[in-house]
Amino acid sequence: MITQMLFRALDRKTAWVALLILIAAAAVPLANLYLPASNPLHVPDYAVPLFGKYLTYAMLALALDLVWGYCGILSLGHGAFFALGGYAMGMYLMREIGPRGVYANPILPDFMVFLNYKALPWYWNGFDNFWFAALMVVLVPAALAFAFGWFAFRSRVTGVYLSIITQALTYALLLAFFRNDMGFGGNNGLTDFKDILGANIQAGTTRAALFAASGIALALALLVCSMIVNSKLGKVMVAVRDAESRTRFLGYRVENVKLFAFVVSAVIAGIAGALYVPQVGIINPSEFEPANSIEIVIWTAVGGRGTLIGPIIGGILVNFGKSIFTGWLPDYWLFALGGLFVFVTLFLPKGIVGTVTGLWVSTRRRPVVAAAEVLQPEPEAAE
Amino acid sequence: MSEAREKLGTMLYLNGVSVSFDGFRALNNLSIIVHPAEMLAIIGPNGAGKTTMMDIITGKTRPDDGDVYFDGRTDLTKLDEAKIANLGIGRKFQKPTVFESQTVWDNLVLALKKPRGVFASLSYHASGADTARIEEILATVRMTARKHDLAADLSHGQKQWLEIGMLLAQDPKLLLVDEPVAGMTDSETVETAKLLKEIAKTRSIVVVEHDMSFVRDLGSRVTCLAEGSVLAEGTLEQVSANPMVIERYLGR
Repeated sequence: MITQMLFRALDRKTAWVALLILIAAAAVPLANLYLPASNPLHVPDYAVPLFGKYLTYAMLALALDLVWGYCGILSLGHGAFFALGGYAMGMYLMREIGPRGVYANPILPDFMVFLNYKALPWYWNGFDNFWFAALMVVLVPAALAFAFGWFAFRSRVTGVYLSIITQALTYALLLAFFRNDMGFGGNNGLTDFKDILGANIQAGTTRAALFAASGIALALALLVCSMIVNSKLGKVMVAVRDAESRTRFLGYRVENVKLFAFVVSAVIAGIAGALYVPQVGIINPSEFEPANSIEIVIWTAVGGRGTLIGPIIGGILVNFGKSIFTGWLPDYWLFALGGLFVFVTLFLPKGIVGTVTGLWVSTRRRPVVAAAEVLQPEPEAAE
Repeated sequence: MSEAREKLGTMLYLNGVSVSFDGFRALNNLSIIVHPAEMLAIIGPNGAGKTTMMDIITGKTRPDDGDVYFDGRTDLTKLDEAKIANLGIGRKFQKPTVFESQTVWDNLVLALKKPRGVFASLSYHASGADTARIEEILATVRMTARKHDLAADLSHGQKQWLEIGMLLAQDPKLLLVDEPVAGMTDSETVETAKLLKEIAKTRSIVVVEHDMSFVRDLGSRVTCLAEGSVLAEGTLEQVSANPMVIERYLGR
């Protein structure tokens, strides 16, 4: 059955993109480590974690697209799951520092010593083990998504109201994580990481490995999403998106369908966050900012929601653009981002991938359709 | 006769159902019975409560008062839409509601009677029997040639047929069909009547319709609703001869 599902998931386009990501996951680190700097294909050191960060953003956009593009749940708080995954990884990295911190306390991270903690808070236990942290990277976002979704979807909160609540969720977490006595480093968050799984986190080989891991994780996430959207459940999700109450009258429990998509999406976002933190070297409460979550929506919209490839392209392109733009006119990035969103909404409502696919299909199909019957208008994009 | 005995052997049993919206009494002490393998046509002016009645049967609206039983024993007022649908009550909406961004085939796959759970859907793989059944339904509703087209590209009448096809795929015991021939040509209307009569040999159907010639074609028992309760019942001839029906619905 699993092989059957895998086979179905691998439609040609998805397989190509997954393969491309895997090739990049191997080629970029190799080009960084083994090609001399004089070689035109050499990838400079600074670029590896930067591109690695883009891959985690692409994964985050993919996660959002699973709920927004396919199930019609516009989450404006998906950054929260990303940040929670990031914090779980950050806690592990903090405990890896051990006695090498400024205060040289073998158990307590620096910020706890500074804030006069006498002992490790109970919820920091276990994070000295990588496997435990990895488990939490998955479980914490999943548990939050489950609890939130359970109540929201059962109460049939939909549309703008749901979006506002997700926004409130991430804002509440932002405020909570800002507090010093939450025990997560407050305003400064978690940083000054030394190593991961015993390897120096600054070393070229570690960065290369993290890049490769991000690429592999993205490819796997793509496969999982593809498996879901190509199954009958994927059709049910689209049905929920387009005509929720009709789906209910067919006998489907809409709240369970949404809950499943939401939890899977939160897990993917959490893993993306966990890969992001060691590559940027810090996690702080600003990751919970509502503006971050809105940016994810823009990446997805630009790339093309309701396609699996679109958010990956959008996540990488927009952030690449951001890096260039903020280097050039740092004060105007938000204007550019806003302008981009307006432009895409007005002129490319299906995003880059949706538009390109639409053109491709219509040029191939039109002659046949025209010969067979009256030309039918393109279906409206679903709200 | 006691109420329990009365319910026994009915497919749909509504007794004294009332519901108000903001003080407006949409249904007023409505009582209707549908037997197994029986067709009932419901006519009546706009605002008579026809659609509200369907909303109550399918769990979208809760009645303020009254009994709603399915198959003589299941109290529908306690269940939600998905549970009621899974009991075997299928509904076709007044405005044809199909999944526009999906193909005709996928619309039928979604409707096909199969386990509705999340994980069952995730691992669903169409068996040969499922595929054959969908082909059969496509032939019945004459959409074989359009099976790979998006539902959005269908004409209004074709969407009606697709929705009837989806009803068939659900394999319900009771079909609630709201204005099935709106937007259909005369010949399509005649075909629809034939199809519904065929279905009614084995299942119960409640049809709401304004088209009198269509109702005549159905040849079933007719109930005329007005202001949320039953105005007249009987054959179409009896009902349309009723002075109250002429006064309030058909016009002189």
